[in-house]
Amino acid sequence: MINISEVTETNEMIQRENLDVRTITMGISLMDCIDSDIDRFCKNIYEKITDRAKDLVRTGEAIEAEYGIPIVNKRISVTPIGLVGASACRSREDFVKIAKTLDQAAEKTGVNFIGGYTALVAKGMTDKEKLLIESIPEALAGTSRIMSSVVAGSTKTGINMDAVRLLGDIILETAEKTKDQDSIGCTKFVVLCNAPDDNPFMAGAFHGVTEPDVVINVGVSGPGVVKKALEQVRGADFETLCETIKKTAFKVTRVGELVAQEASRRLGVPFGIIDLSLAPTPAIGDSVADILHEIGVEHAGAPGTTAALALLNDQVKKGGIMAASSVGGLSGAFIPVSEDQGMIDAAAAGALTIEKLEAMTCVCSVGLDMIAIPGDTPSSTIAGIIADELALGMVNQKTTAARLIPVIGKKAGDHAEFGGLLGHAPIMPVNTFSCEDFVKRSGRIPAPIHSFKN
Amino acid sequence: MNENRQRAMITVVGHDTVGIIARVCTYLADNNINILDISQTIVGGYFNMLMIADLSGKKKHFAEISAELEKLGEEIGVVIKIQREEIFDLMHRV
Repeated sequence: MINISEVTETNEMIQRENLDVRTITMGISLMDCIDSDIDRFCKNIYEKITDRAKDLVRTGEAIEAEYGIPIVNKRISVTPIGLVGASACRSREDFVKIAKTLDQAAEKTGVNFIGGYTALVAKGMTDKEKLLIESIPEALAGTSRIMSSVVAGSTKTGINMDAVRLLGDIILETAEKTKDQDSIGCTKFVVLCNAPDDNPFMAGAFHGVTEPDVVINVGVSGPGVVKKALEQVRGADFETLCETIKKTAFKVTRVGELVAQEASRRLGVPFGIIDLSLAPTPAIGDSVADILHEIGVEHAGAPGTTAALALLNDQVKKGGIMAASSVGGLSGAFIPVSEDQGMIDAAAAGALTIEKLEAMTCVCSVGLDMIAIPGDTPSSTIAGIIADELALGMVNQKTTAARLIPVIGKKAGDHAEFGGLLGHAPIMPVNTFSCEDFVKRSGRIPAPIHSFKN
Repeated sequence: MNENRQRAMITVVGHDTVGIIARVCTYLADNNINILDISQTIVGGYFNMLMIADLSGKKKHFAEISAELEKLGEEIGVVIKIQREEIFDLMHRV
């Protein structure tokens, strides 16, 4: 029988330590909506999304109320539009029309974001995928709930440098189009390497073609809970440290599993995966950087940070895997800058640089995330940073990503404000030496050798 | 787990005062909710109660009961929460 102290522990985690389920994301396949007529296609996707997801938000809210656990986001991911929209679209405007339809479907269902305005171009781009990529600035500037991603590399295919070069321009154009709001458009766009098909987290969520018609994926969170647990073992040895993280991750993940199973049962939609992630928010006490500080580095970015993060990431997985029936997505610690108050402080204090963040992304999930850079950063430099990040993922057989925000009109040391979960960030300085000649080469970086590992 | 689906934990936390248990129990009785177990402590003047209740005979929706208990708590000057039991079972039992 559960005792009063266990009940109190759970409720303290929720009330004081920001324990929540970060997202219930419904993946919806749009393969059966394909049509050669753009208007029919838009009608098909609107009808399918608003039908399949009509109860998503209401069900999420009911689960929140009955278990007393906040579910912060209810979201939708769809089949990459670069695939399903190819037959209907003949111009960028056609793709923008799809973006607006998706935005309306998101509004109708009450979800805060819909992901899948995506092109899978790891090895090469079709003409239609190129059109989609070129439509991204307008699609993001003209909608509020669309999340967009481009998969530009993988361990098996190498890196599509033609796409990466183009994305340097696209990111700047997106920044320019939303410069009135500190280039917020770029917060909704990510470039990925080795992207998972079942990721519930934005901006990189899309519903992969290997997935069922409709599926429920759940992303857990809980950096505040881990931080609090580690406060109890200050100064203890590594074994105790690891054990504490594992136990806490287990508890956090069990809540996610419960929510996922309940949502799946109530909606009559199969359960896909739990994404075991420590996802921070700008709220005080909901920070991954604070955990690194608790482990023993003065600020995130200090020497020892990469090792501490590697340890943290691994223990979260070890604890979480036993608590979940099926694990997938990105699964690991997220280290976005603007969405984590501890990271913001570390960057403002000068402890955290883009180069150190790049090193940290070798040992945790995702990559250079929500990093504000000077608005006058050249397109080739943005492409170069993306290429570096994708190379880490390609060689290390992991997911990596880059979500960079060149904030138009601002320079290093200034501050950008995105609001809500997207947070705010100091503009971080970028290495000003050029990589123009590297980036302007056409073609792709070949896939790496899979033996002779050193 | 299925038989537990109708079980809920009711927690009551706040300053101790006369009749907290009586008022909560009266509400539950009026709504045909059976109490399976009660444990209660007072730490430093703070009233802390945990009830395990069986909701299988409940007359109202969970959300309604939850809202009414919250309102009752406000009247008494305590915080009353009702949550389904599985969240605690899953978190604290392997």
